Amino acid sequence: MTGVLILFAHPNLERSRVNRTMRDAVAGLEQVTVHDLYDAYPDFDIDVAAEQARAEAHHSLVFHHPFYWYSCPAILKEWMDLVLTHGWAYGQDGTALSGKQLMSAVSTGGSVRAYAEGGSTRHTITQFLAPFDQTANLCGMNWQEPFVFHGTHDTNNEAIEQHAVAYRARIEALRDAGAT
Amino acid sequence: MDEHGFLFSAFVFLAAAVVVVPIAKRSGLGSVLGYLIAGVAIGPFGLTLITNPEDILHFAEFGVVMMLFLIGLELEPRMLWRMRKPIAGLGGLQVAVTTGILCTIGLAAGLAWQTSLAVGMALALSSTAIALQTLNEKNLMGTGGGRSAFSVLLFQDIAVIPMLALLPLLAIPALAAAGGGDGHAEGALAGLPGWLRALVVLGSVVAIILAGRFLIRPVMGFIAASRIREIFTAFALFLVIGIALLMQVIGLSPALGTFLAGVVLADSEYRHQLETDIEPFKGLLLGLFFISVGMSIDFDVAAAAPVIVTALVLGLMAVKFVILTGLGRAFGLPLSQIMLFACVLAQGGEFAFVLFQFAVTEGAIPAPTAALLTVVVALSMALTPIVILLHDKVIQPRLGRRQQADDMDPIEDGGHPVIIGGYGRVGQVIARLLNAHGIGTTLLDHDPDQIDMTRRYGSKSFYGDVMRLDLLRAAGVERARMFVVAIDDEEQAVELTQLLKEHFPHLTVMARARNRPHAYALMKAGADIYRRETFLSAVDMGEAALRHLGFGAYRARRAARRFARHDIDTLIDSFDIYEDEKALMSFSRARVDDLEQVMVQDAGQFHDDHEDSGFDGGHPDGKKTD
Ligand SMILES: Cc1cc2nc3c(=O)[nH]c(=O)nc-3n(C[C@H](O)[C@H](O)[C@H](O)COP(=O)(O)O)c2cc1C
Repeated sequence: MTGVLILFAHPNLERSRVNRTMRDAVAGLEQVTVHDLYDAYPDFDIDVAAEQARAEAHHSLVFHHPFYWYSCPAILKEWMDLVLTHGWAYGQDGTALSGKQLMSAVSTGGSVRAYAEGGSTRHTITQFLAPFDQTANLCGMNWQEPFVFHGTHDTNNEAIEQHAVAYRARIEALRDAGAT
Repeated sequence: MDEHGFLFSAFVFLAAAVVVVPIAKRSGLGSVLGYLIAGVAIGPFGLTLITNPEDILHFAEFGVVMMLFLIGLELEPRMLWRMRKPIAGLGGLQVAVTTGILCTIGLAAGLAWQTSLAVGMALALSSTAIALQTLNEKNLMGTGGGRSAFSVLLFQDIAVIPMLALLPLLAIPALAAAGGGDGHAEGALAGLPGWLRALVVLGSVVAIILAGRFLIRPVMGFIAASRIREIFTAFALFLVIGIALLMQVIGLSPALGTFLAGVVLADSEYRHQLETDIEPFKGLLLGLFFISVGMSIDFDVAAAAPVIVTALVLGLMAVKFVILTGLGRAFGLPLSQIMLFACVLAQGGEFAFVLFQFAVTEGAIPAPTAALLTVVVALSMALTPIVILLHDKVIQPRLGRRQQADDMDPIEDGGHPVIIGGYGRVGQVIARLLNAHGIGTTLLDHDPDQIDMTRRYGSKSFYGDVMRLDLLRAAGVERARMFVVAIDDEEQAVELTQLLKEHFPHLTVMARARNRPHAYALMKAGADIYRRETFLSAVDMGEAALRHLGFGAYRARRAARRFARHDIDTLIDSFDIYEDEKALMSFSRARVDDLEQVMVQDAGQFHDDHEDSGFDGGHPDGKKTD
């Protein structure tokens, strides 16, 4: 079992500032697989068997995506709908993922204040990510503290660079924690 | 007409063909008869626009030469082997029996035995040009009668070799002296004794086979590697003409030599290239050939002895017809197929002209007899299209439906929900996809090879002319839910769609369209679903190009999909316009026009809209707050 599988979902990478920089920062890391879902399945025709095998081969999964409509871009949802099957991910014999780590890495257009307690979005990021948290739970995975970047519209390159470096460190930590 | 002889003749020929042939074809007479009529019309006994039919016939025989080369190319040794029984059996018997009976008649009429045999052999042959052209035109090559006829023609084509080799041995000394006086200008073997000439003839056949195997192929490889298209065409013509010349020098039939060369090259990798290069020349020259046959009918000879000529023509055709019917029966053909088989072959052929000429120079047949018989053969050829017409309009209908079902494969229960007409590249994929999901398909094709192949893999497939209602019924169209029109021929696809919609309105018809105009035509014919065969793969390639130029996979895919949808929408939108304006245009002409219109519609459609604005990052939550 190798390290970290990053399931990367961004439908419009050409326009991306934050997530592309983050992705570039972790690309090529030892024992880290960056799997670009929109690139692999431009027509959403997900290869379930291949995805399950890939997931099994890693001890940690990362859902890496921009925050779209308070959730993930469609293809990651499609991935969950198709790949997390009964008898594999959950249910009686569904233990393929149990014991693995699951972490969300997201960026939001909304600012820190908007997502703060009492902010304009009316829920915190932790609350928004509840479905992912519970998915991890159902599959026997350990839900990790999400890695979040707020206020993407109101930022500068320097902040993004810093965030990317921090992301890289976080992924390495995840990788090394799982190895022991 | 002296100065501008060539251009003038060409003009007259083309004009006659252009005027007469389409009319003949439209009125159901067939193109062959059209050409013949055109020939009579412009020839010495018509408008006398052309006065030297023999010269032209000589030139136009090249059409036959090319046709035989193409036929040879079609005949891979493997296929020849598979047809060995009908070829040797049916063909061999036809030639032997006909020669025997005609020879006996000749003897009874008081001809020398040498002459009788030579005449018998020459008249036993039928017209490959007319028979094959007719069968092709009516799409009957795949039927039992059609294939039998082809086998016989093939055997005849082969039999010409020994016949030519035999003629020198049939020389009547007195005649040979006379013949040798004038006709040997081009034969380089004039002075040789008969047996030696026979040997040379066989030797040159062997030489062609060896050259085809060991010389021509490497040369073609070299030329093909240069990638200059027209040089390959030039080489193909050079090859055919070269062999023809060689054959002429040694006094053999050029048609035969090229046929042999064709067979030798049939399993070479350049076969298709050769075919496509020679085909247009063949078509034109063959037309010219029919025209010149029409022109060279010597109505003077016929007028001098009208009763004898009429009797000979009808007698010849009757004898051949009877023998052919007997053979068809003996070989177990169903009645309707026997009729087709006999009607299509009951005439003298172009090889007879060659043999007569050769026999006169060799001194086997007296010149006047040969002249008379040449007219007889030409007339019998000219009558063939009329016989075929009779066959189609009178004989076949009389035979009724009972027999009609015989000549196609019996289709047992045929209870599959989907029928696929035309089992080529397109039909195959559709059938495989459906079969993979447990949906049974019944396959129809008029190419026996195609069908044989699928049968070997256990498919339910049948051959026959898909345009025939009885075959369609037998295939279970009445119980099927869907019919997939996947045949190659554009016009036929439209006709078939119409036919299906008219007779089986319950059926969902899906058609494979070549291009936009064809799609319009299919829509108009009532196709419920159609797909342009190359459209999606072209879009797919465009998408690959976008990817290569830096588009993300998902964006490229969406761009391609959107483009495809747009194109399909405009296709449907412009259907009405098309209906009014382009109905009379040929598909390819209309295509150019249509492309122009499509490009105008494309312009300004995509550049301001090439991004998904939903993904554009301008989400309210990002901008509004803070
Ligand atoms: C379709 C769409 C939906 C979005 N929905 C949200 C949202 O619900 N909340 C939010 O804070 N930002 C939202 N955004 C803004 C994105 O999260 C933001 O543009 C992204 O994180 C920037 O990352 P990038 O530079 O990698 O594209 C949305 C953007 C798009 C295009």
